[in-house]
Amino acid sequence: MLSHERGVPSAAFSASRLKLYGVMLFGALLIALPIGTLVHLALADNSGAMAHVMGTVLPVAARETALLLAGVACLTAVFGTGAAWFVTAFEFPLRRFLAIALVLPLAMPTYIAAAVYVEWLDAAGPVQSFVRMIVGAKTAADFPLPSVRSLPGAIIIMSAVLYPYVYLATRTLFQMQSATLIEAARSLGAKTSRVFTRIALPLARPAIALGVSLSLLEALNDIGASEFLGVRTLTLSVMTTWLNRGSLEGAAALACAMLVAVVALIIIEMKARGDRRYTNSVKKPRLLAPKTLTGASAWGAFVFCMLPVMVGFVIPALFLGWQAVKRTARGQIDPMLMEAFVATIILAGVATLGIVLLARVIAAGHRLIATRWVHGLTRFASLGYAIPGTVLALGLLTPIAFMDNALANLWRSLTGERLGLFLTGSGLAIILAYHARFLGIAIGAIETGYARISPHLDDAARMLGRDIGGIRRDVHGPLIRPALGTAALLVFVDAMKELPATLLLRPLNVETLATLVYADAARGVFEAGALAALMIVLVGLGPIMLIARTHQPEPADGFAAARAASAGENGR
Amino acid sequence: MTQPSPCSLAAAALVTALLPTISIAAEVNVYTSREPALIKPALDAFAQSTGIKVNTVFIQNGLEERVKAEGANSPADLILTVDAAKLINAADLGLLQKPAAALPESAITPNLRDPQGRWSAITLRSRVVYASKERVKDNAITYEDLADPKWKGKICIRSGQHPYNISLIAAFIAHHGAEKTEAWLRGVKANLAKKPSGGDRDVAKDILAGVCDIGLGNTYYVGLMLKDKDPQQRAWGAAIKVMDTTFKGNGTHVNISGAGIAKDAPNKANAEKLLVFLLGDQAQSLLATLNDEYPVRAGVAAVQTEKLFGPLKPDSLALTDIAAQRKLASELVDKVGFDQ
Repeated sequence: MLSHERGVPSAAFSASRLKLYGVMLFGALLIALPIGTLVHLALADNSGAMAHVMGTVLPVAARETALLLAGVACLTAVFGTGAAWFVTAFEFPLRRFLAIALVLPLAMPTYIAAAVYVEWLDAAGPVQSFVRMIVGAKTAADFPLPSVRSLPGAIIIMSAVLYPYVYLATRTLFQMQSATLIEAARSLGAKTSRVFTRIALPLARPAIALGVSLSLLEALNDIGASEFLGVRTLTLSVMTTWLNRGSLEGAAALACAMLVAVVALIIIEMKARGDRRYTNSVKKPRLLAPKTLTGASAWGAFVFCMLPVMVGFVIPALFLGWQAVKRTARGQIDPMLMEAFVATIILAGVATLGIVLLARVIAAGHRLIATRWVHGLTRFASLGYAIPGTVLALGLLTPIAFMDNALANLWRSLTGERLGLFLTGSGLAIILAYHARFLGIAIGAIETGYARISPHLDDAARMLGRDIGGIRRDVHGPLIRPALGTAALLVFVDAMKELPATLLLRPLNVETLATLVYADAARGVFEAGALAALMIVLVGLGPIMLIARTHQPEPADGFAAARAASAGENGR
Repeated sequence: MTQPSPCSLAAAALVTALLPTISIAAEVNVYTSREPALIKPALDAFAQSTGIKVNTVFIQNGLEERVKAEGANSPADLILTVDAAKLINAADLGLLQKPAAALPESAITPNLRDPQGRWSAITLRSRVVYASKERVKDNAITYEDLADPKWKGKICIRSGQHPYNISLIAAFIAHHGAEKTEAWLRGVKANLAKKPSGGDRDVAKDILAGVCDIGLGNTYYVGLMLKDKDPQQRAWGAAIKVMDTTFKGNGTHVNISGAGIAKDAPNKANAEKLLVFLLGDQAQSLLATLNDEYPVRAGVAAVQTEKLFGPLKPDSLALTDIAAQRKLASELVDKVGFDQ
């Protein structure tokens, strides 16, 4: 792999190299702005917020956070890896369908899943009411059942929508990397379970780590679902410090401390894993031939794979569909719905285009100028995903408003007219925020694509006199295209679901589907937003099916490695 | 740079699509932490009677930060919030200005408006005890009573850190001091049937299902359920009653929806017109009826709200005195481990 600069010819500061540096710095700047603002705020902190949190909530919040993350890690690892192993190594009823369906929960935002399960499973919901009717209990106090608003409830709900990160990463690995070894083991008479534990699982470890760390970042940064389900994570303390104790500085200090902890954990995990990474074959790898299961084991595999699809997608989607039909039939349709739909598509679409173009240059720079600080720059540009969305948006507010005011004042001095705030007013502020938040996902997806292009090709091109620009255009250009597609789809789905930055930075009279759902939930009538929620899910379905389909034989790991790279994973 | 053209094309398309319309027509820009659906009818009525176009953006958290960051060029004209604390915070940050137009101040009790005239309440929402019609005989209760051990295992509540609860606890501090409040919080905590979670409506549903007998919530959630087109929601609303809830020897804890004029309002005159309109008879009764709240103006009847929850006697504390105790309230909630 690339660990040093390879025979770079004379023009060490060629124009194309300068361009690469410039764009990479721009990408890093996008994330440096909010982080810099937060650090600046944190340094001014004299609220005593840190001491208060350490003294009161930390012991419990740290335990709750740790249990939540441990639970999500276990469930996503077991179901993600297990399902991936079943659909690649075996043949059983509906295997092909399940291989795609297992990706679907990605379209379901966590806060929506949480709200749906509370409606269904809470004490007053249909399930518990039915159980009470059966056993003849009059009230929930007479026949108490476990509450979905609890730590275990949160673990199950979050895992059910987050496991696809692990599934996609490990499935690709099983498909691509282990075929030869697994077949060798089989031919030597190893039992299926032994093949899994001794060969597949150790090989999958990096992929599991990537997928799990993405799920954990999502779970850690979540606010809506955690609060609703009564789980006190540290992220909630950041919010209460800001909103109830009136200290944005204290909140920034807490957020920075959490970011340091997260980055430290990621680095420790990477070091622990050492050099055990994907190795890239230049040749096209051979697919693993699935073994046919029969009888109970076939049904076991089917149920194991069907379960997460049901919990993470089918049940919540049915609930949304049912509510949407009920409300539509009564004529309760939000008049903003179509406008919100269009705004969602425009914002997510434009952001996706920009993010992918930027990420493409950064990933190329990372590949072609493999110095230490370019590596650092790339990882830094990917950091946005490791910060809670609301905190990131707050960090962006000041620098964006500063630029906006500078623009407005310039315009006024030139024309004497009032321009207003151009960046915020045009929606560009939201798009900048999406860049900061999702750039890492795109960089990761594209880097995974690069990892598949043999470095020997670069060497050959250099020998033949191509400079950096030439290699990118003539050699990488055609080969990297599928990875660009994956990156675009991933970013689009995430941008469409994005809530906190959209909420804080959007212009007057502009709503997205996510903000509509949120507004209804905020006044306590979540079902009123069912149609908008369903539209988020349906619009997300298209890209997700594309990811699942286009990567049947070819890497879906674009995806997981993608997000993982955002967390500083994925090596080089 | 590589292929800048699609990017710039897209940006250009976006800009034309979303460009802030150059203000030719009369308009007013409202930054609101209140959900748009709840104020839209009143804003529509304003637009219809004056011909002034109302633009809104709903920002629940971070509204003050955004206006502050936007500074002198901020398009914000009217800042409308649902928590007095946000308005007071905005005033403290210097984001509000006193309107030049005459507000019907004499008709609003002084504890519900800014002493310096920078903001005023528009509607009142009371935070009360919901109770099971079936299992609770009493019709009145005090906030102090909630710590009474007779309610052990019978109370439901959302997170103590939710702004609605913080406001109530801050009022408790303003009445009784920090020490007694801490003891009271520990008492309430000991009476909880389950760990705080969900929202006010979940509290009502928990009472209905029998998880608990009483719970804290804002009145209008009950009104919302009673008016819902879904029969199941109406059944939930009908199963609980709103108790006459007060501080001992005083009134009911209220929070407000309120508004103030932004300091750098580009359409200041229109913003003042809107604020005066919102305090006028038509909007006051419209908002009260629509959202099951109480009008802030003396002399405007809240016929429907009173029919549902009875007449309101608000606590006499000034909203500013309550807001001053919020930080302490939030710290106490953490200290007693209320949410844990």
